[in-house]
Amino acid sequence: MSYDFDFAFLNEYGPDLWRGVWLTLGMTAASILPGFVLGTLCAVGRLYGPRWLSRITVIYVEAIRNTPLVIQVFWLFFGLAVLQVRIGAFPAAVIALVINVGAYTAEIMRAGFETIPKGQVEAASCLALTRTQVIWGIQFPQAVERVYPALVSQFVLMMLATSIMSQISAEELTGAAYQIQAFTFRGFEVYLVIAGIYVVMAAGLRLVLLGCATLAFPRRRRLGTPL
Amino acid sequence: MSILGLPLGLTPDQFLFILRGAGWTLVLSLFGFVGGTVLGLPLALARAARKGGLGSWLLRQGAGAYVALVQGIPLPVIMFVVYFGVSIGGFEVPALVAAGIAMTLWSAAYLGEIWRGCIQAVPRTQWEAAECLALTPAQRFVHVILPQAMRVAVPPTVGFLVQIVKNTSYSVVIGFFDLTYSAKVINNATYKPFQVFTIAALIYFLICYPMSVASRRFEARMRRA
Repeated sequence: MSYDFDFAFLNEYGPDLWRGVWLTLGMTAASILPGFVLGTLCAVGRLYGPRWLSRITVIYVEAIRNTPLVIQVFWLFFGLAVLQVRIGAFPAAVIALVINVGAYTAEIMRAGFETIPKGQVEAASCLALTRTQVIWGIQFPQAVERVYPALVSQFVLMMLATSIMSQISAEELTGAAYQIQAFTFRGFEVYLVIAGIYVVMAAGLRLVLLGCATLAFPRRRRLGTPL
Repeated sequence: MSILGLPLGLTPDQFLFILRGAGWTLVLSLFGFVGGTVLGLPLALARAARKGGLGSWLLRQGAGAYVALVQGIPLPVIMFVVYFGVSIGGFEVPALVAAGIAMTLWSAAYLGEIWRGCIQAVPRTQWEAAECLALTPAQRFVHVILPQAMRVAVPPTVGFLVQIVKNTSYSVVIGFFDLTYSAKVINNATYKPFQVFTIAALIYFLICYPMSVASRRFEARMRRA
């Protein structure tokens, strides 16, 4: 096997890759917070909501977790097109990602809420806090802190999953790579390069999110120990 | 003859076309799991290798680097790298082989990580007791550690099977004819995305949901034991 590697395309198409990186990061950044909020609301709804709400969240979580993201994206993107709803690839991708990661976050947050000792809730209600105050003021912060590493992993996986959005013509990093290999016929090199970029982005995102934890959780900040 | 697809506005032929895709999804999932096991078990062993000596350090670091690397690359990109990599090697292979190799590389990294945890969950004293019985390192692992580790490994492994089945859908990027691809083709022909992708999603759900439930059951049973 003799193959001459040629990375010369980087000079000409570097800016395209760069744009792809930013689009991938933008998609990820836009999806993390709404996904987290949706997931947390579902977890709370499932654990403490009325029965019908609990049922709905179970159906939502199971439906999303047992079907591939690609199918969800196609369903949404092509479905909206048939309904004459004109929506760009980027917003469609973000909506799909939020719905998808929300279901996973719901499971993680539910586990988090369930690990909070009963004594915490009882102590809080002895202090005459309302149910809402107990959930959001006492249980929520502790739950987030406990499952934070799992949440970080989930958001990193979500960032990697954005690579499928080129299928609905969002020009994120993988989409940009596809364009470049079509022009240069250097598919192997192009994808090796973006694989490296993804590894760096995954490590970077993990670092940033864990850094946020240090800022957000006073225990970690002051005592240096997680919960 | 239109009982199968009529409620959803598809002809039986179109429905069968999608089902054929579903068959290939199962084939690729099987490839991914078998390949992932063959490559993932040594990875798990290397990651769990006992401390001491340069050899075991190299093993642990090497396997760790592989896992970190693969877990940082999206599966579609792995698919592309394998797909183009195989073709520049001068081999003409069907998409199934490229997708199968990619699924193997990918699932090995995750299975290796899951199983490392299971091996390390077996108490150290079990290794020590086995050593006291004059078992060789291989015997210690096969007869003492492995049976105990396997019990712990069942729920997360079944859970990961769901991930494998779902993620075979990423092979659509290299044009492998699986459930996602066949659904896409039918959608392009009929322009009924809700019906077509709902059917596809239902088929995925029917494959994945029983495994999700089984995984939870096994876990609950183990917690009770």
